[in-house]
Amino acid sequence: MATAAAAIPQRSRGARFQRGLQPYLYLVPAFAVMAVITFYPLVFQVWMSFHDFGQINFRVRNPVPAEFIGLDNYIRIATSKLQIPNFEFVRLVLFNLWWAFSNVVVHIIIGVAVAVILNTQGLRFRGVYRALFILPVVIPQIIVATVWRNMFDPDAGAVNLGLQGLGGIFGIPASNPAFHLNWLRQAEDPISWIPLPLAFFAMITANSWLGWPLNSVVATGALQSIPGELYEAADMDGASPWQKFKNVTVPFLRPAMLPYAIYGFVITFNLFFLPYFMTQGEPFGRTEILVTQAYRLAYERRLFGVAAAFAVYLFFLLLIVTLVTNRLAKATKSYAD
Amino acid sequence: MTAPATTATTRRVLERGVRARGGGTSERRLSIGRQILLQVLLLFVTFTVLFPLIWIVSMALDPRNLARPDGLNLIPPGASLESFQKVIAQPTSNPISFLDLALNSLKIAIGSSAVAVGIGILAAYAFSRLKFRGREALMIAVLGVLMLPAVATIIPLFIFLNQFQIKFGELSFNLRNSLIGVTLAVISAQLPFAIWNLKGYLDTIPKDLEEAAAVDGATQNQIFRRIILPLSIPAIAVTGFLGFLGGWTEYLTVAMFVSEVHDWTLSLALNSMVGQFARTTNWSQFAAFAILFALPVSVVFFIFQRYLVGGLAVGGVKG
Repeated sequence: MATAAAAIPQRSRGARFQRGLQPYLYLVPAFAVMAVITFYPLVFQVWMSFHDFGQINFRVRNPVPAEFIGLDNYIRIATSKLQIPNFEFVRLVLFNLWWAFSNVVVHIIIGVAVAVILNTQGLRFRGVYRALFILPVVIPQIIVATVWRNMFDPDAGAVNLGLQGLGGIFGIPASNPAFHLNWLRQAEDPISWIPLPLAFFAMITANSWLGWPLNSVVATGALQSIPGELYEAADMDGASPWQKFKNVTVPFLRPAMLPYAIYGFVITFNLFFLPYFMTQGEPFGRTEILVTQAYRLAYERRLFGVAAAFAVYLFFLLLIVTLVTNRLAKATKSYAD
Repeated sequence: MTAPATTATTRRVLERGVRARGGGTSERRLSIGRQILLQVLLLFVTFTVLFPLIWIVSMALDPRNLARPDGLNLIPPGASLESFQKVIAQPTSNPISFLDLALNSLKIAIGSSAVAVGIGILAAYAFSRLKFRGREALMIAVLGVLMLPAVATIIPLFIFLNQFQIKFGELSFNLRNSLIGVTLAVISAQLPFAIWNLKGYLDTIPKDLEEAAAVDGATQNQIFRRIILPLSIPAIAVTGFLGFLGGWTEYLTVAMFVSEVHDWTLSLALNSMVGQFARTTNWSQFAAFAILFALPVSVVFFIFQRYLVGGLAVGGVKG
């Protein structure tokens, strides 16, 4: 990489020193700001996590020095011994991982399927479809979450009303209990051998509505890069549509979709809006994820020390997730080559 | 960390996708049967995509100003704009108008995105073009923070900002309990993204121009001001808009930091309209409010989507 600086003729020692300093002058504003409002708070958070830190320790008038309690906060979180209802750390982590994984799988399947259909040669109106399908992405997420919460309302939500209308066509009375499901709060699991509440299925529906269009955009880009001759060659060899998809399309999709899938996993893992605004963690905290739980610990319960320790756990979990997914990406990449 | 490399691939693929939007060049003919089958499938997908949007619009226009919808009437009889009038005057039970809420959201959005992009472009230039000691380490620091969700810094920021009691003549307030404090917290979340997104764009600008300018004796600052800055205006606009969007819809920090009603923002009002119990929600007004809240940003986003979707798919905005 030849930098512009190298081309400038050497002048004096002073000028050279100034040039050596210059990169840092460009960085000073950003890093000064980050030092105060990002890095310092992060260090302070680690300090907090080892203390019994509550409201009295930081109030403006006579704050009390916080008591050092070592790893107590961490142990209480890991053993689920917090003074709050419905808190089970292991279940929370497992649900969070499953939430991210299941969403990414659904998003990719729908996204790729729609991209493949839209990429069919000779299809009419594809520009119109592509423009319409991006609509979920342009709506602010807090609105998406609150609107879906209203849609899943047991009495007046569009989902139940729609099901009643659909049932009416087949002569099923609207009073049928199947059309009055309490989607976001029902305590019993809909499928007895799968330990997931009904709210999870409502949430994954809402998030799929939100998530597949971007996957479709990425997949479309990859599909456009496939040379048409490959399909013609496959046609001549008498390949079936499925064989063409498996042996021509998928190898071209993989290098583009894999990094996006990893990115989607991390984003969904930390997706605050749906669990917080749509299900509010119901029923019984079973749709809570780590970020919403951390926020609740601080904002609603005012357990600042515990919340700090929780955020440190979150940091390490994310680090593990990032390292593992990068590892997997590399492994599958060498397999693909 | 392999994030920059992988996202470069994604970016390239996306650009190809955006360019290919016009449709293929050599179209083969499709049999009528398959054309109809695919159109039916796509119409179904269109229906699922549009349904929530139509539902919200129809609720907002419903003249009966319903506390609750009484059926799935997508085209309400005798639509009216009454709900819109009501939410513009006073959306919640608190004495604050829609305009004041929007103004507060606007302050956070403009303040945070202007600062993040303004100092972000300087750092992005250094990371993209200049050689210096500690470059890798500093870039990893930025990426590391970028990886963290906003929730991870909000707790200590709350306590940190709470220490500052600002006295300014007559004015006396706690920095935490103010829109300035909220804006600072939002900047903390946006700055790493701005640096990274702008650097990604600067990396794609060819170096020929700068090298020619350097041969002509231009200084580093001149190169930045006269060449890099004008060339990166599209990226500044995109990053700035994504930051604006984040500030406009910011919820977490506002809800946690701010306690006075006059500091409320649109997102806070929206959440309070849904309420603890759906039974107490006025659905028509909620729908009207959601539309007014989303429309300005959604329209801009939709018009410039080809530039914005790439940035979203690659970088994303922190929730």
